Amino acid sequence: MSVYINADTKVIVQGITGETALFHTKQMLEYGTKIVAGVTPGKGGQVIEGVPVFNTVQDAVNETGANVSVIYVPAPFAADAIMEAVDAELDLTICITEHIPVLDMVKVKRYMEGKKTRLVGPNCPGVISADECKIGIMPGYIHKKGHIGVVSRSGTLTYEAVHQLTQAGIGQTTAVGIGGDPVNGTNFIDVLEEFNKDPETYAVVMIGEIGGTAEEEAAEWIKANMTKPVVGFIGGQTAPPGKRMGHAGAIISGGKGTAKEKIKAMNEAGIEVAPTPSVIGETLIKVIKEKGLYEKCKTH
Amino acid sequence: MNIHEYQGKEILRKYGVSVPNGRVAFSPEDAVKVAKELGSNVTVVKAQIHAGGRGKAGGVKIAKNLEEVRAYAKELLGKILVTHQTGPEGKEVKRLYIEEGSDIEKEYYLSFVLDRATSRVTLMGSEEGGMDIEEVAEKNPEKIFKEVIDPITGLLPFQARRMAFNMNIPPKLVNKAAKLMLGLYEAFVDKDASILEINPLVVTGNGEVMALDAKFNFDSNALYRHKDIVELRDFDEEDPKEIEASKYDLSYISLDGNIGCMVNGAGLAMATMDTISYYGGQPANFLDVGGGATTEKVTEAFKIILSDPNVKGIFVNIFGGIMKCDVIAEGVITAAKQIGLEVPLVVRLEGTNVERGKELLNASGLNIVAADSMADGAEKIVKLVG
Repeated sequence: MSVYINADTKVIVQGITGETALFHTKQMLEYGTKIVAGVTPGKGGQVIEGVPVFNTVQDAVNETGANVSVIYVPAPFAADAIMEAVDAELDLTICITEHIPVLDMVKVKRYMEGKKTRLVGPNCPGVISADECKIGIMPGYIHKKGHIGVVSRSGTLTYEAVHQLTQAGIGQTTAVGIGGDPVNGTNFIDVLEEFNKDPETYAVVMIGEIGGTAEEEAAEWIKANMTKPVVGFIGGQTAPPGKRMGHAGAIISGGKGTAKEKIKAMNEAGIEVAPTPSVIGETLIKVIKEKGLYEKCKTH
Repeated sequence: MNIHEYQGKEILRKYGVSVPNGRVAFSPEDAVKVAKELGSNVTVVKAQIHAGGRGKAGGVKIAKNLEEVRAYAKELLGKILVTHQTGPEGKEVKRLYIEEGSDIEKEYYLSFVLDRATSRVTLMGSEEGGMDIEEVAEKNPEKIFKEVIDPITGLLPFQARRMAFNMNIPPKLVNKAAKLMLGLYEAFVDKDASILEINPLVVTGNGEVMALDAKFNFDSNALYRHKDIVELRDFDEEDPKEIEASKYDLSYISLDGNIGCMVNGAGLAMATMDTISYYGGQPANFLDVGGGATTEKVTEAFKIILSDPNVKGIFVNIFGGIMKCDVIAEGVITAAKQIGLEVPLVVRLEGTNVERGKELLNASGLNIVAADSMADGAEKIVKLVG
């Protein structure tokens, strides 16, 4: 089992004719992801990497029965692409694009109210259920099928954590990158709820960073609801206040959103927080050993 | 992106928001000329720097005649202002805003910000004007009011009126205040602002409601559709290395340490800084080379790191997803050869095309210390820098 995506997921690549999209379409196909369609307005009828291209998401859905899309459309047009996916009533759309104007995302979130589609991202690495389906830009080979759920605001830090787990023989169910923007579709709590319900997920790694209060809210939720162990890491412990650290959402403003506050909230919720990113894997292993889950999680 | 107060007020005028008359001045002569034209009894001479807390730091002066205008302008231009937002090194004043004095009856606070929890723009207001809103939030949170704005309808007149009543604006001026708030919201959305703070908003003796200060911050992701805002950028207010980096779409922030960092991904870049500190070193910068970086971009990134004289060693930490390791390797090699690398360089590569990247580095003949993990790399560079 896994969350959000699995071996049956049928994927549309929005913006498939772009250079980055093409590179990652190839990688996803190699991984075994069922990419059934691409969408680029005006390029309908072409076939790229064996994938038929359509002019609209609706056409792609009608012709192929796809239920998920991934968006590589350039930032000025990405909000529109998300809303097109929502309008076509996909189950899930994953937006990789970074640098989308935040007021565009405010509109997108309003548009999505009452609609069925879930959005993951934007500005995220995507979602991968190991050995089943890879949607996004993460390197596939570092992942290994197993029992740990991973959720993160940062792409490369997700790779770091997953890599450590795999090297230690600890596989993953699904890794979800929720993205580094201040306004995004899926938050920590949404993903934690899924991991809590998923019978194959035994423990969770949660990676946050400075800015906002999403980690604090997640910690509170975990304290009240989570039945599985969670370990964490917070990036930006040495970041100066008032400076935006690359991600639009990673900024300490008015003294709020510091790593210290987040780590405190997580510790209070019983979450073990790794002191450096290099020991996220070790920290998880220590915790699952304490809970008697290590043998069940070890995938060799 | 930040702009100066005078530029912010210029924008607000176009949206029908009342602001006192005034103009920018670059010299004492300019200042006197503007003051003469304004012809007011009292003239305010305000230092223009991209930082708050100017009043407390002595950057705002009240002049009663033209001689005082000249004297204050002379005093302020070229002065290093140190406020709680500039850091201890302060900022040099190069521009002044000369404004007519206002007969202030009471000061209030207004701002529009993005509320991350609701994903909506929120109007915040308080009758506690003129002071730090964080301070008010701490001491008198009940005195801060909020209106959450639906992006489809925008700020509604009743919301603006409700805010004005909550802030205890005199009832006969509530409609004027509401009109001003609607103008502010229109400016905020039209220009893709991320913060618009009016502190203070004032009610004057002759029954006006005015923005006495204007602090704008714009969403850098939306600047591509606002050429007029881009033109307002003041390069004197920014770190030259950060300016250079922005030309190549690199996300760079100067820090105080001596270990230069080049990383892909903002999260990993922050975590790399954290790890260097954990091993007792001090990062010289935050640098995210981003997703689709080219060899040229990586070369430029490397040059920017090396242009910082404090840098005594470099740690390249790459976990490739979009970013391919061979591209990073080529950039590092090109830059190191062009510039002539004299400081220790530790490279950790992992991810897409990692083998190709490692081959390129090994074949380059450069003195590069390879690292197996982020921790290993951080430890090595800290030791090498000493």
